[in-house]
Amino acid sequence: MSDEKRVGIVLVSHSAEVAASVGELAKGLAGGASAVPVAAAGGTEGGGLGTSAELISAAAASVDRGAGVAVLTDLGSAVLTVKALLADDELPDGARLVDAPFVEGAVAAVVTAAAGADLDAVEAAAAEAYSYRKV
Amino acid sequence: MLDADFFRRWMTAAATSVDREAERLTALDSAIGDADHGSNMQRGFRAVTATLEKEAPDTPGGVLTLAGRQLISTVGGASGPLYGTLLRRTGKALGEAAEVGEEQLAAALRAGVEGVMKLGGAAPGDKTMIDALLPAVDALASGFAAARTAAEEGALATTPLQARKGRASYLGERSIGHQDPGATSSALLIAALADTAEASGE
Repeated sequence: MSDEKRVGIVLVSHSAEVAASVGELAKGLAGGASAVPVAAAGGTEGGGLGTSAELISAAAASVDRGAGVAVLTDLGSAVLTVKALLADDELPDGARLVDAPFVEGAVAAVVTAAAGADLDAVEAAAAEAYSYRKV
Repeated sequence: MLDADFFRRWMTAAATSVDREAERLTALDSAIGDADHGSNMQRGFRAVTATLEKEAPDTPGGVLTLAGRQLISTVGGASGPLYGTLLRRTGKALGEAAEVGEEQLAAALRAGVEGVMKLGGAAPGDKTMIDALLPAVDALASGFAAARTAAEEGALATTPLQARKGRASYLGERSIGHQDPGATSSALLIAALADTAEASGE
């Protein structure tokens, strides 16, 4: 299974620290998920809070192994920038914005991708995280 | 007829206007947003004029698609993909023509505004840039000056509205009583178009 192509995961947040930390959290909770390519695209290129189209494009390209790329976002301009990039075909073929809660969705996506699942299954697992009620 | 140079002058006029009004846009955004709309738009439109000077596209559609791409890359807030989509969709609708007429521009701009509505999910009355852009596109059939007036009135009319999209929507009723920053910058963009048309005798 180690030579199977894994789905790539891109985490887009307004904050570089949030994106990177959620990536670390997801990989940590997924155990032996080091085979899953995960890239963070947080904040602006200048290091401030915001969204960078360049960082998102670079992150998506860096995790594209040919099995598709699941992009998870926090809110506002992160969502809109990914949608605009997808509409203009500026992300790799098979890249997809996944509608999921950011932290829980990232964990579900990385765990599922680590099991060798395809992009549809990764997307479904991430989206299903919405249905987990805490109260 | 409107050529590539007309559209370049429009973008330059928009950049000048955003520079002049940046503080006001940020002040409006500090009331109901995160106080970065002026500086974000300033950074974006400065990058647009710089890249248009360097690459000098030779069609109206080329000018607007390049400007839109630049806004998506450089703004860093929601206005980047929103204004970027507006200009790119408008530019794509203009196609490869070396010159376009006013009616063509009006139709293309409508396609651009529809692209923004689809991207952001906003409808008229949600207290967004759509509240300035849609009336402007509707009025463009009667001329550039009518479009400017419609956009400015549309922006002013956002004041009593409650925000239903974007960060301002988290404020609920407290968003009422403030003019929307995005509608305000949209009115600047349309005013820059009208100014450019008047200066060139259109």
